Amino acid sequence: MKRERDPRGARAGGSAAGPPAIELRGVVKRYGSVTAIREASLEIGDNEFFTLLGPSGCGKTTLLRMIAGFEDVTEGAIFLYGEEIEGLPPNRRPVNTVFQQYALFPHMTVAENVAFGMQRLKRPAAETEARTRRMLDMVELGGFSERKPHQLSGGQQQRVALARAMAPGPKVLLLDEPLSALDLKLRQAMRVELKQLQEEAGITFVFVTHDQEEALTMSDRITVMSAGGIQQVGTPHEIYEKPRNRFVADFIGETNLLDVTVEEVSGGGRCLCRLANGARLECEAPGAPRQGAAVCISIRPERLSIVMPGGDSLAKPGGGARAPRTVFPDSPAKPGGGDSLTGVIRRIVYLGTDTQYLVGLEGGSGITVRTRNADHAALGLGPGDRAALNVDEGAARLLVD
Amino acid sequence: MVGAAPVRHKSTGAHPGAEVTAGHDVRRYPGFLPVTILCLIVLYAPLIVVMVYSFNDSPSITIWGGFSLRWYEDVFFGLEAGKFKDAAWNSLSIAAMAATASTVIATSAAVGMVRGGAFRGKSASFALLSLPIMVPEIVTAVATLIFFSAIGFTLGFASILVAHVVFCIPFAYLPISARLQGIEGVYEEAARDLYASRAEAFRHVLLPLMAPGILSGFLLAFIISLDDFIITNFVKGAGVETLPTAIFGAVKQGIKPNIMALSTLMLAVSVVFVTVSWLVGRSGTKPGG
Repeated sequence: MKRERDPRGARAGGSAAGPPAIELRGVVKRYGSVTAIREASLEIGDNEFFTLLGPSGCGKTTLLRMIAGFEDVTEGAIFLYGEEIEGLPPNRRPVNTVFQQYALFPHMTVAENVAFGMQRLKRPAAETEARTRRMLDMVELGGFSERKPHQLSGGQQQRVALARAMAPGPKVLLLDEPLSALDLKLRQAMRVELKQLQEEAGITFVFVTHDQEEALTMSDRITVMSAGGIQQVGTPHEIYEKPRNRFVADFIGETNLLDVTVEEVSGGGRCLCRLANGARLECEAPGAPRQGAAVCISIRPERLSIVMPGGDSLAKPGGGARAPRTVFPDSPAKPGGGDSLTGVIRRIVYLGTDTQYLVGLEGGSGITVRTRNADHAALGLGPGDRAALNVDEGAARLLVD
Repeated sequence: MVGAAPVRHKSTGAHPGAEVTAGHDVRRYPGFLPVTILCLIVLYAPLIVVMVYSFNDSPSITIWGGFSLRWYEDVFFGLEAGKFKDAAWNSLSIAAMAATASTVIATSAAVGMVRGGAFRGKSASFALLSLPIMVPEIVTAVATLIFFSAIGFTLGFASILVAHVVFCIPFAYLPISARLQGIEGVYEEAARDLYASRAEAFRHVLLPLMAPGILSGFLLAFIISLDDFIITNFVKGAGVETLPTAIFGAVKQGIKPNIMALSTLMLAVSVVFVTVSWLVGRSGTKPGG
């Protein structure tokens, strides 16, 4: 896989003045002959909730550990508010970490854990005590200060870890999958709390997760990583709606990946592509696709809808504002003269809020369509029925690889 | 293997659930009872005899003459009391010093071996650390004696101490390194992340977490030193005795009941130490909390 870098996306979003909170400049990490990070360059803005997202083994934790100082950098440099921190031991870096398994000191009370960092910094005892109390109140554990960590639930330990890491007032807080050990309900509640905490504290959070939903709901910006390389940097909206490559499109959310051939490159970042079955589709195309190139496009299932043969499109959320169009009723080279993106419904899966249709396209490949149930409650389709598909304006997106 | 455990009890079959349980119950293995009783007798009957006869009023070591503490009195105030007191003092002070020194060395070794990452000669280091346990003690004793005379080291209290420090190291090392292996490295990382220097991370986090293992190691080394006879006997020189060598010397002139009293006292000390060591080890089996 080729390394992808987006120079525009790599700019810290919104921070105009001053150096970025963290800047990675051509950072490479090798363990012997194994390359864990292949040249990562990033800027993380002041006050940003920045997420490193990727599957396990993609290098996101390694990157975080290099910022914290637990791993040294093979090549490149790391800057914290403009100052190079490479070479400084972890205790000399004004960043703190919330560890995946919390790593609360088991022989110390909750209050001693929270006070630890401030004591090492030789802060006055009275200040340390007052701040410890304030941090524990902040995470709603004021009454637990004399407990030992093993007397707390997982969620409470998580809060103590958070309070401990924030107590010394770090410039940047690093969070290494801090929610992964919690159960689903607690995890969802903590997402909201974490985001709130970050906004109130006004410090930069660098958050590592493999959970795309977590990343989408909390982050200001996300870096998608895979196999030691940065795949894309952008806001949750950009990452989801405008995935750059196959990996990002596939990893974030659900998508349909279709192999197509670029038939005609039109202006304005668009091109006309031909599917394997001969149907044509206009696609958003970042970069400059070559005519005749075999590429891959992504269409999100919720941006497809089913049209009854000869009838109107099934209502889409906001369908009035964004007139859906049938696939190429006006295409000149349409084979057979019918709808080119037609198929047979193979399977219908009821998902509560949505219904998912697996449609077998002519030419063999399958495509998933997802519609809101409220919009088509009365739709009487079943497996084996023929269906024509609508593609939202701009929903088909050409991927780089 | 578990599934193949023989189920031979007559009542099994009535309750399928009970059958499974019975198969896992070691008490229902064939021959369990006789083997157990035989082992217990061989191991503990002699000890019990010594303990019981240490309270014997009779000067005979085989004929019971009623309960008495006279032999304990004899140990502390009898003709040989001075000799035993010196020996006991030597034993306890050597054990305390040897255990302390070997525990410090073993702790450093464990931190280096477990936390030092991969280094050249790591396996060799581990082998060298544990080898003293495998080497026949008599060989170590002879070798140590030859070495001491070769370098002109005067035999006496100091030579015993040095020899004890050396052979106590592996015994102290084992529980300490076992404990350390159970402590995740993330605690030290958390400490370092929270502005602790290497030394502070060790002192405030790693050392307290290792403490149960270190205490176990110390107590084990103490017992091993207190108990040692062979090496001590070779390197002690003239006139310096520890309890084991003193007892051995006394026994050569015939077993008197006061030896039984003395042995019982040593046994009591050992039992106390081993119990403490066990309790300490058990209290901290979960360093992760």
